[in-house]
Amino acid sequence: MADPLLTIRGLRKTFTRAGQTVAALDGVDLDVPPGTTVALAGASGSGKSTLARCVMRLTTPDAGTIHLAGTDLLALPEPVLRTLRPRFQMVFQDPSAAFNPRATVLRALSDPLRLHNLAPRHEWRDRALALLAMVRLPPDLIDRRPHELSGGQRQRVAIARALATNPSLVVLDEPVSALDVSVRNAVLNLLQDLQDRTGVAYLLISHDLAVVRAIARTVAIMEAGRIVEHGPVAEVFAHPSTETTRRLLAAVPRLSLA
Amino acid sequence: MLAILLAVALAAPILAPGDPLAIKGDPLLPPWQTMAHPLGTDRLGRDVLSALIHGARTTLLVATAAAAAALFIGITVGTIAGFLGGWVDEALMRVAEAFQTVPAFLLTLALISVTGPRVPTIVLGIAIGAWMQPARITRAEILSLRERDFVAAARVIGMRPLEIAFREVLPNALTPVVSLAAVIVAAAVLIEAALSFLGFGDPNRFTWGSMIAEGRTVLRRAPFLSIIPGIGLVLTVLAVHLTGQGVAKALRTRRHAA
Repeated sequence: MADPLLTIRGLRKTFTRAGQTVAALDGVDLDVPPGTTVALAGASGSGKSTLARCVMRLTTPDAGTIHLAGTDLLALPEPVLRTLRPRFQMVFQDPSAAFNPRATVLRALSDPLRLHNLAPRHEWRDRALALLAMVRLPPDLIDRRPHELSGGQRQRVAIARALATNPSLVVLDEPVSALDVSVRNAVLNLLQDLQDRTGVAYLLISHDLAVVRAIARTVAIMEAGRIVEHGPVAEVFAHPSTETTRRLLAAVPRLSLA
Repeated sequence: MLAILLAVALAAPILAPGDPLAIKGDPLLPPWQTMAHPLGTDRLGRDVLSALIHGARTTLLVATAAAAAALFIGITVGTIAGFLGGWVDEALMRVAEAFQTVPAFLLTLALISVTGPRVPTIVLGIAIGAWMQPARITRAEILSLRERDFVAAARVIGMRPLEIAFREVLPNALTPVVSLAAVIVAAAVLIEAALSFLGFGDPNRFTWGSMIAEGRTVLRRAPFLSIIPGIGLVLTVLAVHLTGQGVAKALRTRRHAA
């Protein structure tokens, strides 16, 4: 396998809440090869969202390293980090909270272009329209505000925003768990198609193993801040070696029907 | 009602041409006696109606300018405090508390007695006595907004903290602050009137406060000289309050619709 795009080593993060210290991440190692999807699964509270936020540098870990294509993300000062931001993006769990309620779709999609000088002002609208087309949304949504879109549409716009800078890695934090079951598959198919077309790598955070199986090649199972099981999706699902994995598998009714 | 007041104030030179300070007729003419001076004349024979109209101008100008200045200072301080948090927040809020312990009116009075009674210093003086409440409200709103995902999303696409604070977060925090504007305008009208009454107003302009103060010396012989501007004050404060309530209500319903 080629050199990994994202390398996480010994990542630790503890939170202190009400006098109690909780280790959200307790020495996590994880690799994401370029152009593939690695899933991180686990029950809520297992630390997977904290890991996503650490990778995006929204949260600073206590120890460990995160390298993106050889660059140590944790060592960079904020202004330098900003110039690298186009290369790794994120799609948030709740698309209704992930947009400035006052900004139109056009602004949401052209902000990344503006901030990184990726296109002159007069091209923003065309680029935004192209991004909408890429996530299979009609062009007339461009002047709407987030509350005028459906949940599925919002999440597609979020995906478009994440891909606007042509990143090599997108962290997907529970990308479909806030969506209706009817639009989940469509969004998952879209994510798969976009990966095939652009070669972007995904770090998928999910508690739903059906979602993991739909798009991921490798899966890491987390519990209490540690990765307890790690391997190709088919293998881990067929022969779960830990109780955590068996419990997660049992929580997916569709899987037993398939 | 406020619209009429504003229109009168704006149209002062048309409605009552000539210098309101000029002596026009016999002194202490009671109202409803002659068509030339429908509201009578004051101690020096100046037209009361003309003074009232020009006074509205000064009063509203000072009050709105002071409220705008207070909101500007308050919103800026509140945004910085709420967004940066930490010691900056602590320091700014302690300063605001220090200001709050001093009665606003005394603060204004002190400033004016030092700098002299000119309109800009009166405006500044009132603003310095009134910026704390908008600062606190803005800060509280920002604190609740800055944890939302769209702020994280703005960081992820590489927006600078200052732009996030003022372009993404602040516009979403303004609604309750704007409804406060009316309260500040009303308070500023009263403070300005009180200052003028005490003789700390701009001596070259008519204001309602100075009209009441002048009428006071001849209160027994010509009570209308104090009563007429007094009614003006009551109506103005009432109008501003009602308008403020209306605006707040409209904004609330719009917010709920969104």
